[in-house]
Amino acid sequence: MDLSELIEIAEHERASRRSIRIRCCTALGCQSAGALSLKQRLEEAATEVERQDIEVIGVGCMGLCGNGPLVMVDPDGVLYEHVRAADAPSIVAALDGGEATAPLGDPQHPFFTGQKRIVLEHSGIIDPERIESYIAAGGYQALYHVLHEMTPADVIDVITRSGLRGRGGAGYPTGLKWATVAKSHGNRKFVVCNADEGDPGAFMDRSIIESDPHKVLEGMAIAAYAVGADQGYVYVRAEYPLAIQRLQKAIAQARRLGVLGAQIFDAGFTFRVDIRVGAGAFVCGEETALMASIEGRRGQPRPRPPYPAESGLWGQPTLINNVETYANIAPIIRHGAEWFASIGTETSKGTKVFALTGKIRHTGLIEVPMGATLRQIVEEMGGGVPDGHVKAVQTGGPSGGCIPATLLDTPVDYESVQRVGSIMGSGGMVVMDDATHMVDVAHFYMEFCKDESCGKCIPCRAGTAQMLHMLDVIRAGQATPADLEQLEQLCLMVKETSLCGLGQSAPNPVLSTLKYFRAEYEALLNHNADRATTEP
Amino acid sequence: MAVTRSQRPTPESAPHPSGDNRFRLLEAAMKKHQYRPDALIEVLHRAQELFGYLSTDLLLYIAHSLHLPPSRVYGVATFYHFFSMAPKGQHSCVVCLGTACYVRGSAAILAAAERHLGIKAGTTTPDGHISLETARCLGACGIAPTVVVDGTVTGHQTPEQVLIWIERLAQMVE
Amino acid sequence: MAARTFTINDQLVSGREGETILEAARENGIYIPTLCHLDGVTSVGACRMCLVEIEGSRTLRPACVTQVVEGMVVHTDTERLRNYRRIIIELLFAERNHICAVCVANGHCELQNLAIAIGMDHVRFDYAFPVCEVDISHGRFGIDHNRCVLCTRCVRVCDEVEGVHTWDIAGRGADARVITDMRQPWGESTSCTSCGKCLLACPTGAIFRRGATVSEMERDPTKIAFIVAARDQRW
Repeated sequence: MDLSELIEIAEHERASRRSIRIRCCTALGCQSAGALSLKQRLEEAATEVERQDIEVIGVGCMGLCGNGPLVMVDPDGVLYEHVRAADAPSIVAALDGGEATAPLGDPQHPFFTGQKRIVLEHSGIIDPERIESYIAAGGYQALYHVLHEMTPADVIDVITRSGLRGRGGAGYPTGLKWATVAKSHGNRKFVVCNADEGDPGAFMDRSIIESDPHKVLEGMAIAAYAVGADQGYVYVRAEYPLAIQRLQKAIAQARRLGVLGAQIFDAGFTFRVDIRVGAGAFVCGEETALMASIEGRRGQPRPRPPYPAESGLWGQPTLINNVETYANIAPIIRHGAEWFASIGTETSKGTKVFALTGKIRHTGLIEVPMGATLRQIVEEMGGGVPDGHVKAVQTGGPSGGCIPATLLDTPVDYESVQRVGSIMGSGGMVVMDDATHMVDVAHFYMEFCKDESCGKCIPCRAGTAQMLHMLDVIRAGQATPADLEQLEQLCLMVKETSLCGLGQSAPNPVLSTLKYFRAEYEALLNHNADRATTEP
Repeated sequence: MAVTRSQRPTPESAPHPSGDNRFRLLEAAMKKHQYRPDALIEVLHRAQELFGYLSTDLLLYIAHSLHLPPSRVYGVATFYHFFSMAPKGQHSCVVCLGTACYVRGSAAILAAAERHLGIKAGTTTPDGHISLETARCLGACGIAPTVVVDGTVTGHQTPEQVLIWIERLAQMVE
Repeated sequence: MAARTFTINDQLVSGREGETILEAARENGIYIPTLCHLDGVTSVGACRMCLVEIEGSRTLRPACVTQVVEGMVVHTDTERLRNYRRIIIELLFAERNHICAVCVANGHCELQNLAIAIGMDHVRFDYAFPVCEVDISHGRFGIDHNRCVLCTRCVRVCDEVEGVHTWDIAGRGADARVITDMRQPWGESTSCTSCGKCLLACPTGAIFRRGATVSEMERDPTKIAFIVAARDQRW
């Protein structure tokens, strides 16, 4: 495989396209609403009218998952929502001036126009199950460029200057992480893609893999070249069968074309990728637990240092980044560090993908420049709460917090979100309305953390159980003001003493709701309750 | 019955000594991973796929094959919620309790299903017909609340709709 | 090996390169409470009792796995640390059924000693009172899960010193239990050599000698370090 062959594939793919393309979303959300039978009916309808200029293709996520199945017709840019299989013939007939029976969507809605798509640039446009479709969109050219025209140090320099920070939640500078792994000595090095998207309410990584798997693989290959690794692992949740299936297909196709495997692009660079399927443990999103799981052990974290960059998988230097981080790599190589650094805010560069869910009119996946305000995202793009008002926006899942409506003008970047007591997290954004009781929300997350605690360290194992119990007592109306104070003390203790990120952030939903919605807790207190202590 | 690395005279195509073809498929999966101890989770996935659940005997067989202490295999199998140590029902109904589903009322759906089936989430009806389970998040939050009926994800569910699904499953007696 | 000079609680101390804060502190006569640490086996930093403050570090660090650095300033006994240690002990007491008055290890228990050293005279949290098993199927030893603090000292000593790995942890979180082999009764474990090292390693009354009654379960965990040293030096 060389550049001319790559370009040939791309040109052949583009030349064989037909002028009218009916794009049907086949990502999980739309599949669940019947997109597969719809796609089949569209194909049949196109065949029936005997037009050679129409093609029906399955694509990845178009974003507006709540209104699926979605169908987009090019080149006119007509969007149909809630399409049933029975609507298929009318959509094809509409090309000849007929009337489609499916509701029309508005591609000019702020939900679409407010986005800046870098990670999702091909999502909903290319066919995720065909590598040729990705290559036609310029895919794998960044990898070729890197292997033939850049040294590993050059690549790290570009990533560092771009200002890209880890999209898994903590926001660690990606270039710095790569440089550390590159400098570390080991017999072998590994590159790991963390696709263990465990935060309930988040589905960015699933969607990226389902919609554009090769982009993640290309990013991983570039990273492997930069740090000197020859083996990669993608750790995916077992709950994402479609993502696993598409990734498997993508890896097989990439191997067949020689863009993964030995001697990639005849550049003396070898990189293999294997999938490791998780088995239902939220804590495996923590990097040391994830590595333990890849090694076939209980997914329990260990103290850091040593960091994975020095001693990771099987004691070797290991680079771990999240799906979205890898998906940013090829565009940065293609357009340059300066281009990327010009997007976003002073400290948070580029864009961020969010999964917008909960009590909101337009649920789905959006990508916005860093620094967009919560109000722009929730009210303008998401269309606000259908009947009622936004009460709070929960970001960062069980590790994050609830941001009240009064702070909707907070710009979304790593520092600002942290300043208001939440975290950016991986990108889940759950909108809550007036009907949501915040003590219940705190209880919901604490139950989650208690169930997912691995049990290794005492503050997390016994602390989450105790915090959950105390929330139960409060909800039952049997807690005193002293109990509330004790809960707060326990939260701080668990936050500061737990071994890993799960425990350290488990109290966040309680602390943030206490900070902004304390009255809801106080209304449940009983000032006369008699609460005893026990002697051992 | 445990077959160790040093004593495996039978070729891959020959029937497994136990007479159960599933062991031959499990053996192939372990061979693909060169019987490496770190492939344990991959092997457990395959075993559960083949046998439906992980019995003590099966875990012991895997432990011997991968040269792992039995307690370690048991420890790993019970750490991950995806692995089941007990047989599942013929049909399954999984209610997602992720945040987006929770905010949109999945608790009421689960309660209705529990009441209707007369069992708690995480258990199977006494006749072994339907297992009622919960999920952390299926990542299908765009169509919340979601319920998975026999592997098919359905969105925008209500308690009434879920009872219809369950009724349909109940009528599918084998 | 190069020496490292640093400060613990305003006292200038020296340690060796590669040594942990805990080791250096002990050599210099400074007490840091520990529970899951056991001389002779790998440290896991799980109980969080040995957390210390290091100036310039954003987070508290476990002394048992943190290596000494030239010039570091460590505090092991601040108000904050004392408070957190007390809560850890209280959480442990509330988590299972630790009733000292009827325990075989009463008077010889590391958990009890820690509670006394910290001055924890009552537990402010509600007790969980979980239902836990007592397994006396083994001919010589027994395990009472009511007293287990999941420190994994038995798991590590069985794996690293005896080399058998009879013990492991099953389940997770609050439901986690130490198990033998396939979670079968200890007496039916086929891998157990009945060497008794887990008995030496257990900090509480969880693993006990059969026949021992209240307060009779004395043990000497330093024997583990002795065995490891003896093996290393091939006496």
